Amino acid sequence: MDFNKKYTPQTWPDHPEQVTLEGKNKFLGFWLFLGGETVLFASLFATYLALKNKGPSGMEFSTNTLFELPLVFVMTMILLTSSLTSVYAMYHMKNHNFRGMQTWLAITVLLGLAFLGLEIYEFNHYVHLGFTYGQSAFSSAFFTLVGTHGLHVVVGLVWIILLILRNAKRGFSLYNAPKYYTASLYWHFIDVVWVFIFTVVYLMGVVG
Amino acid sequence: MSSIAKKKGFGSTLWDYLTTVDHKKIAVMYLAAGGLFFVIGGIEAMLIRIQLAKPDNDFVSAGLFNEIITMHGTTMIFLAAMPILFGFMNAVMPLQIGARDVAFPFLNSLGFWLFLFGGIFLNLSWFMGGAPDAGWTSYASLSLASPGHGIDFYALGLQIAGAGTYIGGINFLVTIINMRAPGMTYMRMPLFTWTTFVASALILFAFPPLTVGIFFLILDRMFGANFFDHTMGGNTIIWEHLFWIFGHPEVYILILPAFGIFSEIFALFARKRLFGYSSMVFATVLIGFLGFMVWAHHMFTVGLGPTANAIFAVATMAIAVPTGMKIFNWLLTIWGGSIKVTTPMLYALAFIPSFVAGGVTGIMQAAAPLDYQLHDSYFIVAHFHYVIVGGVVLAILAAVHLYWPLMFNQMLSEKLGKWTFWFFFIGFHLTFFIQHFLGLMGMPRRVFTFGANQGWDLFNLISSIGAAFMAVGVVILVVNIIITVVKNVPVGNDPWEDGRTLEWAIPQPVPFYNFKQTPLVRGLDTFWIEKMEGNKEGMTYAEPLSDIHMPNGSIIPIVMTIGLFIGAFGALYNGEKDWAIPVLVLGLAITFGAMAVRSLKDDHGFHIHKEDLMNDEGGK
Repeated sequence: MDFNKKYTPQTWPDHPEQVTLEGKNKFLGFWLFLGGETVLFASLFATYLALKNKGPSGMEFSTNTLFELPLVFVMTMILLTSSLTSVYAMYHMKNHNFRGMQTWLAITVLLGLAFLGLEIYEFNHYVHLGFTYGQSAFSSAFFTLVGTHGLHVVVGLVWIILLILRNAKRGFSLYNAPKYYTASLYWHFIDVVWVFIFTVVYLMGVVG
Repeated sequence: MSSIAKKKGFGSTLWDYLTTVDHKKIAVMYLAAGGLFFVIGGIEAMLIRIQLAKPDNDFVSAGLFNEIITMHGTTMIFLAAMPILFGFMNAVMPLQIGARDVAFPFLNSLGFWLFLFGGIFLNLSWFMGGAPDAGWTSYASLSLASPGHGIDFYALGLQIAGAGTYIGGINFLVTIINMRAPGMTYMRMPLFTWTTFVASALILFAFPPLTVGIFFLILDRMFGANFFDHTMGGNTIIWEHLFWIFGHPEVYILILPAFGIFSEIFALFARKRLFGYSSMVFATVLIGFLGFMVWAHHMFTVGLGPTANAIFAVATMAIAVPTGMKIFNWLLTIWGGSIKVTTPMLYALAFIPSFVAGGVTGIMQAAAPLDYQLHDSYFIVAHFHYVIVGGVVLAILAAVHLYWPLMFNQMLSEKLGKWTFWFFFIGFHLTFFIQHFLGLMGMPRRVFTFGANQGWDLFNLISSIGAAFMAVGVVILVVNIIITVVKNVPVGNDPWEDGRTLEWAIPQPVPFYNFKQTPLVRGLDTFWIEKMEGNKEGMTYAEPLSDIHMPNGSIIPIVMTIGLFIGAFGALYNGEKDWAIPVLVLGLAITFGAMAVRSLKDDHGFHIHKEDLMNDEGGK
């Protein structure tokens, strides 16, 4: 299989990420990896629920007093939108519109950066209130769960930025199509995890 | 690149192994490194038995004894048994399904180096202020209180090695799903491939909880978190749950490939098709599934309540059903067969009664009320050594003899092999059978000595003598290997003469591209079918001879691993030395930098051309 063969929109396959054996393997392997990641986050969620509001006697922090829903709602909307823009990018990949895909991915990155900025602001705010990492079992569990998600966002952003820059002058090939596709899968996964964090940590923390 | 190799110097051979992505070479490295750790773990076992050979012994101190038992368990499970099985999976599974290589050759190499450096990091603790001493389970309330850096070495070392195992699991799953030769349907896959498949799925879902648990331990001990400290609202039971959600599937990760190896051996040396193939596959999948449902049977005495205990007790007993199916299928495979009692077959025959004994004591412990009596006694020690040694280690020793000719084109001496077997087998039962009674007499596990007036002297002495027998068996095996390697007599393909599955059809020594043409699989035991039909060529092929695409070797996996290895020292000394955080950052920068290089540099591999293949009769 010639990886650098040039395609036109007419010859470009329907599922460019799964034409080569390498692409098929990456596609399946990445789905399996996400399966393992799901278990990883499930373990973190279970621990968070077990340690929620637990701390040294007389602890002043609880989910009811700590979390502010408006900020988190904005973060949620930004991240959900970034998932949509990455879908547009994949749509353009299937239609062999390279510039369209790069543009939508760039928008995805900007939204991701905005989300990350707000998350850093939020963490910083908590630390200034005295809700530090080692303050209680609750704070450790909270920062570890939400922070692990934040680290995934960082990895996803670096990954997508590298893809955009590396392939800027090369256009599509069957070699980089699976890379774009798995990066977008990863971004969706990050988004799904955030939906659970929003529900389990913030909504159930303030309302439940 | 020419497919015909030239004589190489030591430097280029070393470079070849450091950069290789060939599943056969990685298999050899897994076997060698796992074998080394097996010997280290064995020496630790001997020290334990010397200390316990007589009452009030002061051969080692109490603290050192704790370090030795912890390192014995950790080494044997994570650094010996699993890597050696990974070695056989790498060597055999791709050939059994007629694949060129595994799905991700680069990740295969990365997985090996992560395991090796994780293991080295863990063992460096001996020379850097003391080994971990909280048992291989490292329960949090105990491990948090452990002074020094032993537990830190445990946590960081297992994290690195565990990442390698996880990568390997995904790799094998994708290989088996995507890269089977034409005609190799799921229900024609050899049992070893099936058990590799299910064990890999268990790795995929069992290792993340361990990763999370160990991260909590690292964060608690080195970065000021409070997951397990109850004065800060933490809960130490969380560690127990996370550890056993990993830990119970882990024993099936070990035993399922062992079942696969024995299934191959029974069919091969009874010269019969495996009895009840479909029920064997069903039982394997069912064991894998139930393996996730039973972790709390390690925690009956924690106080989860009668309801939880009852549910987990029943689920545990249910696993005996598919395991029993397997035992009867093996018996019926031998029944009426034309049996050849070779060394691997000896191990297989010995495995059935030994493993059944371990399984029966397992059912006894599954009864929660009785477990309150047996918990943390030598009865438990006897039980899990019966299943791990009587199952996994016997399978590993059998597979060393069975697959040695496949991996090295040499045959281990059958005579010495049988000596190894008898010493090991007798020693094994001598060591552990009597420990059941020590447990029932009240001897607790993990004690460094006992009193002369407790009536445990004789049984402990017998147990220690048995351990010496096992050690003699292993020494004979090492001698056997040395003699065989020095003699270096090539044996050619199908050395057992009755090979049934695809791996025995490949020419010896195995060409680095595996099968020149992908074979066509026409049924279960496909090589046997071809032989019975008198096919002189060996196999029927699914494609004409054409160019073969191969992956390039790469040094990046070992660079990534060294980055993590360096970074781990930074984490270890966090808060104690000024250079800790810079070293941690440096290590992670090396790892992620190497990842970025891998991502940015195109690696298309290379082609072996048809003309070169036609002249190549195989060879290294």
